Amino acid sequence: MIKERHLNTFVLGLLILIPIWAYLNDEPFIITLMTRAVIFAIAAVGLNLALGIGGFISFGHAAFFGLGGYVMGILAWHSQSYVTLIEWPILFEGTKSMPLIWIITIVLSALLAAIIGMISLKTTGVYFIMITLAFAQMMYYFSTSWSAYGGEDGLSIYMRNSFPGLNTLDPIQFFIICFIILFIVLFFMGRLIKSPFGLALNASRQSRQRVEAVGFDFHKLQLTAFILSGAVTGLAGALFADLNRFVSPSMFSWQLSGEFIVFIIIGGVGRLFGPVIGALIFVWLEHSIGGISDYWHIFLGLILLAIVLFGKGGIIGLVCREDAQNE
Amino acid sequence: MSLVLIAEQILNGLQFGIMLFLMSAGLTLIFGVMGLINLAHGSLYMIGAFMAAAVASATGSFILALFAALSAAALAGAIVEMMIIRKLYNRDHLDQVLATFALILIFSEGTRWFFGSFPLYLDIPAYLQGAVTLPGGIQYPLYRITLIVFGLIIGAGLGLLITKTRIGVQIRAGENDREMVSALGVNISKLYTFVFALGAALAGLAGALVGAIQSVEVGMGEPVLILAFVVIVIGGIGSVKGALIGSILVGLTDTLGGIFLPKLFGLFMDLATATNVGSSIASMSIYILMSIVLVWRPTGLFGQKI
Repeated sequence: MIKERHLNTFVLGLLILIPIWAYLNDEPFIITLMTRAVIFAIAAVGLNLALGIGGFISFGHAAFFGLGGYVMGILAWHSQSYVTLIEWPILFEGTKSMPLIWIITIVLSALLAAIIGMISLKTTGVYFIMITLAFAQMMYYFSTSWSAYGGEDGLSIYMRNSFPGLNTLDPIQFFIICFIILFIVLFFMGRLIKSPFGLALNASRQSRQRVEAVGFDFHKLQLTAFILSGAVTGLAGALFADLNRFVSPSMFSWQLSGEFIVFIIIGGVGRLFGPVIGALIFVWLEHSIGGISDYWHIFLGLILLAIVLFGKGGIIGLVCREDAQNE
Repeated sequence: MSLVLIAEQILNGLQFGIMLFLMSAGLTLIFGVMGLINLAHGSLYMIGAFMAAAVASATGSFILALFAALSAAALAGAIVEMMIIRKLYNRDHLDQVLATFALILIFSEGTRWFFGSFPLYLDIPAYLQGAVTLPGGIQYPLYRITLIVFGLIIGAGLGLLITKTRIGVQIRAGENDREMVSALGVNISKLYTFVFALGAALAGLAGALVGAIQSVEVGMGEPVLILAFVVIVIGGIGSVKGALIGSILVGLTDTLGGIFLPKLFGLFMDLATATNVGSSIASMSIYILMSIVLVWRPTGLFGQKI
């Protein structure tokens, strides 16, 4: 059996080698496809902290993904159309600078996660699933009815935002930005899972009483995890909107929340690289079966059903047979 | 703003709420009895609507169409329960969410493949068209009044079924103690299939009834499903009474909010901003309602305390 960290190294290798191959063979579409997979992977890695390690199933992470998209969209739109965003307390006319957009996105997503988390973490289990879903839906309807920023039509950005020293319009350079962010997120997530906080969170999923008995604040653990999780998924949303140079209410859609969960399940719940593998396979399936049949969602549905009913532990569980961190 | 308009909007909200009740009653029963979160409930609603539209255009009879919708949804529900859902009762919620999410994909694309991507239309039958004059001089569409009355009759029937009949006793007992019920000689897996098919039939019926005032299209079930989730979170999972109260609350809040919030904001803002802000807040109103209920009672209005 393959060791999990060998598989992880292999996946990272694939993530680098495929775009390099595509670059050398002048296949920009493949690079864009890989960028899409990497961004989805970042979003799902964020979700995995709440769902896989914390064990509370958020069916509403599109709320953060979409928020990230709209933060990017709104900042860049103000900048490109020279409409002042805020006049007081400081004059702010929007920005086209990626790092600044990312920081604002992370702060706002964390704030939204804190609000949603404070209300929905009062409940557990199936209530939590439905409430997070409802909050994402609320964001969806809010974005469709907010006509100042495009309403149902969304916002288009003419030029991709800029990053100092790089030409972001070049697919491979934008891919590298996204890949490095994924790498940093994975690195910190790996450290976090092994940190005292991560261990306590992992334990809180298994037994609330015991975690509280050794003196941890259960709600604080969960809320912290939810905030971190939302911030990472929000960042992915800003990148996704930049990839498409477009943001619309569909980034808040419940299907997207479902797909994030699907990435995690395909790859392996609670595994560091589970969401990455899941996102890669999903984008590959979408591209390959989607090319053959318009009805590719039927096949996706059947594959999912098979994974849920027969294959526990996703791809990593199948290949590695090592226990996940959380088993 | 006249009283007539307010009364009309209240009736609209009531009608919307009653239709939501048909959806959420099944959902809450299925959760209460089997402990299953069923995302595919919206697909059964869609199946009902499509079946009704197909049968109505083939035979021209609205009554036949309703029966077809009800039976098709019940049949689809029973088949899915026996083939797939049954394996999920002992799984955790994550597996249930995923498997029923997969079922949505299969049902939606299957319907798109079978009926095509274009919406179908289901007409209100001639004898239910037109308006009636209610006391106070309110003109209101006959079909919508029929929906309210019909929905209330079904709700009452469901209440009687659960409180007065033998199968209702078994359903309630099943919610409390599965082992004990089966030890007393009740065929628990038949009971589960029955409850699932019952919920599916109600969803299919709702789909057919609403299909006559909206277009019948793929993906029509999911927005309603999410609203039904909000309803049962407000009402308390497992409680049919909670589902009824929750549905009417959500129906009224959504309808009245959409009309009155823009006007309310218009009192202290200019018209364009008020319309914009008002309709944005209105679109969030039921979720705000849900948050308030949850902060006050984390298990819903009629939910059992954990």
